[in-house]
This record gives sequence, C-alpha cells and structure tokens, in this order.
Amino acid sequence: MRQQLIDTKVSSHTSGEADECLFEYLHAEIVNYALSKSCKNKEGEEELSGLEWMGFSVGYRIIERLTREWNRFKDELDMIKFICTDFWSSLYHKQIDNLRTNHHGVYVLQDNSFRLLNKVGTNSNKQYLQESPRLLAFTCGLLRGSLANLGIISTVNAEISTLPSCKFHVQVQRI
Amino acid sequence: NNKLQNSELFTLTYGALVAQLLKDYENVEDVNKQLERMGYNMGIRLIEDFLARTGSGRCYDFRDTAEKIQTGFKIFLGITPTITNWSAAGDEFSLCFETNPLTEFVELPDHCLNLKYCNILIGVLRGACEMVQMEIACWFVQDQLKNDNVTELRVKFIKRLEDAIPAGED
Repeated sequence: MRQQLIDTKVSSHTSGEADECLFEYLHAEIVNYALSKSCKNKEGEEELSGLEWMGFSVGYRIIERLTREWNRFKDELDMIKFICTDFWSSLYHKQIDNLRTNHHGVYVLQDNSFRLLNKVGTNSNKQYLQESPRLLAFTCGLLRGSLANLGIISTVNAEISTLPSCKFHVQVQRI
Repeated sequence: NNKLQNSELFTLTYGALVAQLLKDYENVEDVNKQLERMGYNMGIRLIEDFLARTGSGRCYDFRDTAEKIQTGFKIFLGITPTITNWSAAGDEFSLCFETNPLTEFVELPDHCLNLKYCNILIGVLRGACEMVQMEIACWFVQDQLKNDNVTELRVKFIKRLEDAIPAGED
C-alpha cells in the first residue's frame, strides 16, 4: 500500500510542478531578508524597494528567455496580452483572470488566486491582509523589468482587497 | 517545457539574491553565511514537502540517508547527483553534480573567488536533516564555477539528535 503511494506521488511530480515550492520558499526568504534590511518610511509603510529591484532584474532577464521563439509583438497591448497569458502561466501556473485598460497607458491585471497569496488566506480571513503587500513587491518588479526589456517604461503597483486575489496596476510612462 | 521555465525562475531569482547580498555585504564570507542561513530556513520547511511527497519513513543508516537526499534533488531540482567516495567508516560521502540548475547562467567574476555560490544547498541539507534528528556537516570540495570538472558536495554525519523534552516535563 505504502509502496504504491510512493510511486504515484513521485511520478505526478515529474510533470513540471516539481520545484514549485522551491521558488516559494526562496521567495519567502528573500522577503524576510529584504524586510530585515529595510526600515519604515515616513508614512509608516514598509520600504520594499529592495524586493522590487530584485524582481526587476529577474524580470529583465526572464522575458528574454520566454520570448526567445516568439514573433515580434504588434504593439503595446499585444505585449501586455503576452504578459497576461504565456508569461503569467509559465511563472505562476495560471493566466491573469482579468485585464482592463483605458487605452491611454493604464493597465490593470487582476489575478483572482495569486500563487504567492493563495496559501496565506481566503476572503473570509483578513488576518494577514496587512502583511500581504510584501508578497507582491517582487512580482511588481518582475512585471516592470519584463516590460522594460520589451521597451516599455512603466511603474507597477499592486493592490489587494480580498485574499488571495490581487490587482497589478501598470502605468506606462509616455515620453 | 513548463518545468524548464520554472527552474529558470528559481535560478534567476537566486542569482538576483546573490547579487543583492554581494552589494549589501562588504565581506564575501558574510554572503556565504547569509546564503547558508537562508538555505537552512528553506530546508526546515522543504523536509515536510519531501516527507509528504515520498511517504518515506526514518532512515535505516547513513547510506539510506544518502539515497533519500539524492531523491530530494530529483524531486525538487530535477537532477540526480551521483553518490560516491564513501569513507571507510560509512559516515561521509560525496554528491557529485554534473549539471546544476543553480549555476545555469552563472560565471564568477575574479573578485568573487571566495564566494560559495551554491552555499544555499548546504543550508538546505543541514536544515532538512536537523528536522529528522540528524546533525550533519557539509561543504563543497569541488566547484564547476571554479573550473573543476564536477561540483562535489561532501556530507558528513555528526550525530543523532535526541528528542528534546518539553520544558517542565522532565
């Protein structure tokens, strides 16, 4: 009985989710480290720019790997769509659930069950809501870095209203 | 395909972390220590995933431990290091890595010769073993980033840890 259990468990993890928790634990350590180095700013918010910066440098590199065999993008919206679909599913195992734009450089990407939040709480549980933004700073940087390497200069903010859903606001800077 | 990108996310994130640590600390030794400490924190959590996924019980002996560590690398990093160079007493062995996802896109600049880039692995192994009442020591003997042919990680059994009695119940 036990032997059988071992076989099915191991084989189901050769499919690609094998190292999923590895990234999550590493991310948790990076968040801890960044928090230990940071102090609160004037508004009493945690200073998360170190995390954001690490995310940026990862995003800047990873987008090159992910777009390697991809056709040239038509326009900005095309790139954002790529981010919402292929990019998101290869990093976070699902696509963005909702994309909104005002067609003037503001995009809102909504993920209803964000991978780095979905073990933290459900919408009935607000216990960790206050600490949750620190789990998004890295991903904000990741988005900004990826877009930067595609030629889009932007600022990216995240917003959480109910766990584990979150929204990323991308504001493209026009020159 | 997905898996490849998955480990790339891990690899590149780890790289960004090492770069940040090198920026934050003047001393490379401090970076090594910090990496090991983070690995330790990951290891004490990873062991639970390992036990839950494999359903394995306690190790019979250190050879059994070696095989389970090897399985761990297979599960989490998708690589199978070879187990070699057993000491006569059976309390020391080496894990040899021909490929190492952690160093996939990495070259060490000259001023980082003392950097143990993969030191996080040492912490992970130590933390994971400690959670199953085993104290081990490990260190790198060879490193592909320093132009060795393989990366060799030496693992040594130190002692069994006894169950601690909760305070006030002795």
